[in-house]
Amino acid sequence: MAEYESHTYDVIVIGAGGAGLRAAIEAKARGLRTALVCKSLLGKAHTVMAEGGVAAAMGNVYPEDNWKVHFRDTMRGGKHLNNWRMAQLHAQEAPDRVHELESWGALFDRTKDGRITQRDFGGHRYARLAHVGDRTGLEMIRTLQQKAVAEDIDVFMECKVLRLLHDAEGRVSGAVGYWRPTGEFLVFGAKAVILATGSIGKSWQYSSNSWESTGDGHAMAIWAGADVIDMECVQFHPTGMVWPLSVRGILVTEGVRGDGGALRNSEGERFMFNYVAPMFRAETAETEDEADRWYEDHNNNRRTPDLLPRDEVARAINTEVKAGRGSPHGGVFLDIASRRSAEYIRRRLPSMYHQFMELAGVDITAEPMEVGPTCHYMMGGVRVDGDTEAATVPGLFAAGEVAGGMHGANRLGGNSLSDLLVFGRRAGIGAADFAEGRSGEPKVDPGEVDAAIAGSLEPFEGDGGENPYDVHKDLQDVMQSLVGIIRTGPELEEALTRLGELRARCDKISVTGGRVYNPGWNLATDLPSMLTVSTAVAQGALARTESRGGHTRSDFPTADPDLGKVNFVQHQVGARGPDAPIAIGPEAIPEMPAELRELLEDGK
Amino acid sequence: MTDVPDPDPTPAEGPTDRAPADAEPSGGVEPAAPAPGAWVPPAEPDDAGVEAPELALHVWRGDPEGGEFTEYNLPTVEGEVVLDVIHRIQATVAPDLACRWNCKAGKCGSCSAEINGKPRLLCMTRMDTLPEGPVTIAPMRTFPIVRDLVTDVSFNYEVAKTIPPFQPPPEPEGGYRMQQIDVERGQEFRKCIECFMCQDVCHVIRDHEENKTRYSGPRFFIRFAELEMHPLDTNDRREFVRREGGLGMCNITKCCTEVCPEHIKITDNAIIPMKERVVDASYDPLGWLGRKILRRTKKTADEASGAPGQAETAPGTVAVVEDGASEGSGDTPTPEEDTAPR
Repeated sequence: MAEYESHTYDVIVIGAGGAGLRAAIEAKARGLRTALVCKSLLGKAHTVMAEGGVAAAMGNVYPEDNWKVHFRDTMRGGKHLNNWRMAQLHAQEAPDRVHELESWGALFDRTKDGRITQRDFGGHRYARLAHVGDRTGLEMIRTLQQKAVAEDIDVFMECKVLRLLHDAEGRVSGAVGYWRPTGEFLVFGAKAVILATGSIGKSWQYSSNSWESTGDGHAMAIWAGADVIDMECVQFHPTGMVWPLSVRGILVTEGVRGDGGALRNSEGERFMFNYVAPMFRAETAETEDEADRWYEDHNNNRRTPDLLPRDEVARAINTEVKAGRGSPHGGVFLDIASRRSAEYIRRRLPSMYHQFMELAGVDITAEPMEVGPTCHYMMGGVRVDGDTEAATVPGLFAAGEVAGGMHGANRLGGNSLSDLLVFGRRAGIGAADFAEGRSGEPKVDPGEVDAAIAGSLEPFEGDGGENPYDVHKDLQDVMQSLVGIIRTGPELEEALTRLGELRARCDKISVTGGRVYNPGWNLATDLPSMLTVSTAVAQGALARTESRGGHTRSDFPTADPDLGKVNFVQHQVGARGPDAPIAIGPEAIPEMPAELRELLEDGK
Repeated sequence: MTDVPDPDPTPAEGPTDRAPADAEPSGGVEPAAPAPGAWVPPAEPDDAGVEAPELALHVWRGDPEGGEFTEYNLPTVEGEVVLDVIHRIQATVAPDLACRWNCKAGKCGSCSAEINGKPRLLCMTRMDTLPEGPVTIAPMRTFPIVRDLVTDVSFNYEVAKTIPPFQPPPEPEGGYRMQQIDVERGQEFRKCIECFMCQDVCHVIRDHEENKTRYSGPRFFIRFAELEMHPLDTNDRREFVRREGGLGMCNITKCCTEVCPEHIKITDNAIIPMKERVVDASYDPLGWLGRKILRRTKKTADEASGAPGQAETAPGTVAVVEDGASEGSGDTPTPEEDTAPR
């Protein structure tokens, strides 16, 4: 029997990025015993890296904007694979959530008349992103963190959660994990558990994600018997740094293009004009002059193709590089230096200026950046009810990037920060309602606790086994080369075979040292999540025999209207856990009500 | 201008089998991890620019009981930051080398450490900007050791809990209105990534553990300033900053400003204006005059007249810098402004 400390709460939230913090604030406001459990220190979660802004149809810059346009843009960006109810709630509620942040102390950039100003981003018809220079995520997480501290929410920092726990009736009733600074185990009993664990990017070699993005929540949901959807829909952000190699993948905000930056190939051509898909032709500029005028006047000009949705831009860059028109280090050029003043660039994009200056020795006010696609965002995730964020297993909720559906096959920039707020709050309400409706203290299955702890300690038992860093590197190679931005059936089959081999190697990992802040061991406990999630991504990608949004199959290069009507749903039936297979199958997306469908039909 | 990368970007073709990294833990602290065969750079051969010279990193390894520097020797890789080298050490010879990090992009403030004796972010310090010779990496000294480069920074989170929260007036019809110029003052402080290097370098707590119970430190002085200058905040924290925050103990040596990776002017734009405001709030003019006469402190231009809520301009603050320095000179906290023990 393993030793562990025990805690009991009404609601625990796993993950303390924007969604987790917002959910915890809501549950706590209901007077419930609420805890936040996070793998890093409070305030360090990946939300800090969000740059460009939070999308909300407040209409402060373009009064024509409203939730209906935002809904339409979101659905078109997601290639209609979205959970339309989530897209609707998101568009309707985002403005209130942004204003709420302001009442909690956030300081957004202003319009001349003193309201929150909004900037242009890809796929959004109007300038819609509330922002703070290019550090909007930091402003959001700090505001939410300070609110959570003011509300006296219990926080378990640097605490890795290994497994969700069930009670005798099969309801999710808690979680087991360990403190990273001590290696000691702890068990939470909880009437409701909210997953807010963010992304999965660390399974790819070039990613904008921080080390935490190992897909723990996606994997734990699968192991707990919950459904996940759209796992094949992974977003490769078109503009990551490409040089030096050690910083390859670090994000270059879309705000560079929103503020006037243009993509060029090695011949100096603004190549995006050659990649305007029919769906976007009517609203995209055909000449450079029109595109440049659009920045000042959206009503009489059409938008620049540099700001097409991310999937379109990432594929275009990929094609240019493959055609031999790339930059010296395998990207393309992003030029704002020749288009905006140095003072403007430094004021609007201070983080980008410093990032390039300090890491690459490039002065972006004087020379172009080199950029290329980087694994950035997971559209797929835990299948939830749009209104309550309840997963398909009772007691489990999910919000933010770990939840699936909201963004369909491709997320628009700026829609994730608003997603965190809208659905973080809704998950808090949903979990609070569920917890209040549940009588008695939650009871967890001690067998599950013991198995999780014993499993996590296995790497200490042998020596001379696999190095966790080697397994991780090989996993990244598989995902980067075989499940990347452009996919094919045979490569996905090969990826699944190699993921199976890695799974076997994972069981032979041995680590040295003790349990106190041991990164080798920590990685060994993250690898099962990464492998499960990577398998689900590859399975989904193999099943979806079409190209749609972030998912591109070179052997099925066009969208298939029939597949546009289904989600691929994955879950474990019978045996569960890292070693058990995951079943996959299509399920029809529910019919959209007529009043929403009308919003999509009109071309405006 | 920072260093410009090698103008010839064409990397050497295929770094195949490199010589093994001779990691020789001095004093044999660490058993070498299983690293079968030669060390291979984590980069794709096509892209990797591997150069011949080796680098030497002296990394502090230990726990609360003690520790020592261990030397690691690895091949140099073009463009790497210190954190990349730490990661290569972890991936090859010392998988249990403890080091806190998250974003590796200078945005989260997790990987603070002392590089060649100076607090810096491991992820934003390029190896090729450091002087020739071995590079020394030590944990932040102001905080208790957890293990190796990881320290227990919970002091900061405890201070954060004590701060009276943001308190806006009720939202008017049509929402709050603020001007850009007014939000920019607070925005400077809200760039803070909580790397806690300003806390690390602050000598009030760096070598005086006992002061931690009554001193917030520079990170929270900018938090106080941010709230104090927030166009919407209605909470008055000036007395709190004096009594609980120990603002008077700061003798404005500007060490915090120097290490701030976000280039926040902590001393000039936050601490000094806060000192002014605290003085305004805490000392009545007669008492102030009496002290001035009796103690013959240097006269300043605007100490008594600066109205709270007005923007302090640079010329105004310069005069007070001198005054504050004279009052707070020396290593010991200023007892006058720190009259209320907690």
